[in-house]
Amino acid sequence: MFALEISDLYKTYSSGLEALKGISLTVERGDFFALLGPNGAGKSTCIGIISGLVNKTSGNVNIFGHSIDNDFIVAKSLLGSVPQEFNFNTFEPVEEIIINQAGFYGVPARRARVETEHYLKQLNLWEHRRSQARRLSGGMKRRLMIARALIHKPKLLILDEPTAGVDIELRRTMWDFLEQINEQGTTIILTTHYLEEAERMCRNIAIIDEGNIILNSSMNHLLKQLNSETFVLYLRNELDQVPCLPSFDNVVKLDQQSIEVEVPDRLSINDLIHELESLGIIVERMRNKVNRLEEMFVKMTSKTEKRGLG
Amino acid sequence: MLYQFWIAYLTIARREVLRFTRIWVQTIFPPVMMVALYFIIFGNLIGQRIGEMDGMNYIDFLMPGLVMMSIITNSYTNVVSSFYGAKYSGHIEEMQVAPVPNIVILLGFVTGGMARGICVGVAVTLVSLLFTEFHMHNPLIVLLVALLTSCLFSLAGLINAIFANSFDDITIIPTFVLTPLTYLGGIFYSIKLLPEFWQTASLGNPILYMVNSFRYGFRGSSDIDLSTALLVIVLFIIALFTVSLTLLSRGTGIRQ
Repeated sequence: MFALEISDLYKTYSSGLEALKGISLTVERGDFFALLGPNGAGKSTCIGIISGLVNKTSGNVNIFGHSIDNDFIVAKSLLGSVPQEFNFNTFEPVEEIIINQAGFYGVPARRARVETEHYLKQLNLWEHRRSQARRLSGGMKRRLMIARALIHKPKLLILDEPTAGVDIELRRTMWDFLEQINEQGTTIILTTHYLEEAERMCRNIAIIDEGNIILNSSMNHLLKQLNSETFVLYLRNELDQVPCLPSFDNVVKLDQQSIEVEVPDRLSINDLIHELESLGIIVERMRNKVNRLEEMFVKMTSKTEKRGLG
Repeated sequence: MLYQFWIAYLTIARREVLRFTRIWVQTIFPPVMMVALYFIIFGNLIGQRIGEMDGMNYIDFLMPGLVMMSIITNSYTNVVSSFYGAKYSGHIEEMQVAPVPNIVILLGFVTGGMARGICVGVAVTLVSLLFTEFHMHNPLIVLLVALLTSCLFSLAGLINAIFANSFDDITIIPTFVLTPLTYLGGIFYSIKLLPEFWQTASLGNPILYMVNSFRYGFRGSSDIDLSTALLVIVLFIIALFTVSLTLLSRGTGIRQ
């Protein structure tokens, strides 16, 4: 049985916009799954339908085998979701927001208080439990939404841009936390624009673009399809013009002492450095221009003549 | 599963009650103060010159109507502002993503509206004791009509909030529909004073039935037959309940 099974899902808004054009998707139990796509691709619509916030036009969605149409009470009990936008009452105290959410899932207040303490402590929000939610920082609000989504111990957790606007240190803490709950058995579906995040944590991936799934594979398999990587090289020499590197197609001079080179997978970094050395150019340092998944993502979504990562 | 729904219902109802009690200066105090002014101006100052109405002192005639007006206005306002506020800030989604049937959401919000209506009604009744003697002809009728009316206007407030797309939309109905119907619903006068045409026209105003049955509970006299009044109120409740549950099930105003 799949954690999530979507078949022939269509959504056309009243404005006529076709947000989903018959997508089908399965997510294995225990998976850490990335659902990626440019802005407006249909990710949030898809998540909205799964969560019960958007009416689908047609198609089926099952959560652990339970239909969101015919068995929505069980299906929703198994699901936790962290939306992109803050959607709590900002005038309510932090602790109350979570206890109320537990109540909506039928968890009695006494038990909810114990669970709330556990998650607030784990997400470093315990000392803010009596603060009104509007007084929290952006990062704290994100963590509050994660605590709220976990309070009824869902088996499937959907996170829509959970680390948007969160500083890098906190982002890494959240990654560790999410990896930990995934190891404990919670299936996680993640949408993010930080592709480093998806590459680090997710085992399987789907890319959605213009309402269609354009790719659905394992992360390893996808990255193996990447037939070139672009590197930025910092040079000791000052260059007047772009060096002539016949084996490499895309060589761009960034400034006097740095260039950008696309290395196809049939060649190695050593080949590049040897060619530069033969021209008397010394490489002091180098780095990937973007992470590998981002490079792949841009290539795939630009094939559909979209504007790329937004 | 019923226990799960019961907990969800209690959570919504508790949250609604906490919401208006936390801000009692905005929710409880102003209507009580306004009614106190009605008692002073219309009951004491002007009322003494009016003399008797329907066989009783004007202030005794006025008192049940003013309590009922407070119940109507506050039940309606509580639900319309709370539900629209939840839509506006997005926290209605907390209930939508959870396994809460629409009927539980509906009952939770209606309970909140009824609680505020009754709270204000009790507070206004207590204030009325400063101006008139306490007398209740039939406490059960008073309680029944108060509960039914607050339920009816909580449902009406919910429907208004479901359709509302802006804060203007939640003030239009109370200002241009509810207030005129309330003022013309026999709070300040007996419809027997009206010409025959307007007496008949007044029977089309549902608030007339609530005010009169409530007055019957307090004073034992009414322009309308009690059983007819109760039947009208119950029929309105059934109609509004059906409409609001259908709208919630369709996701009108809350799901795209």
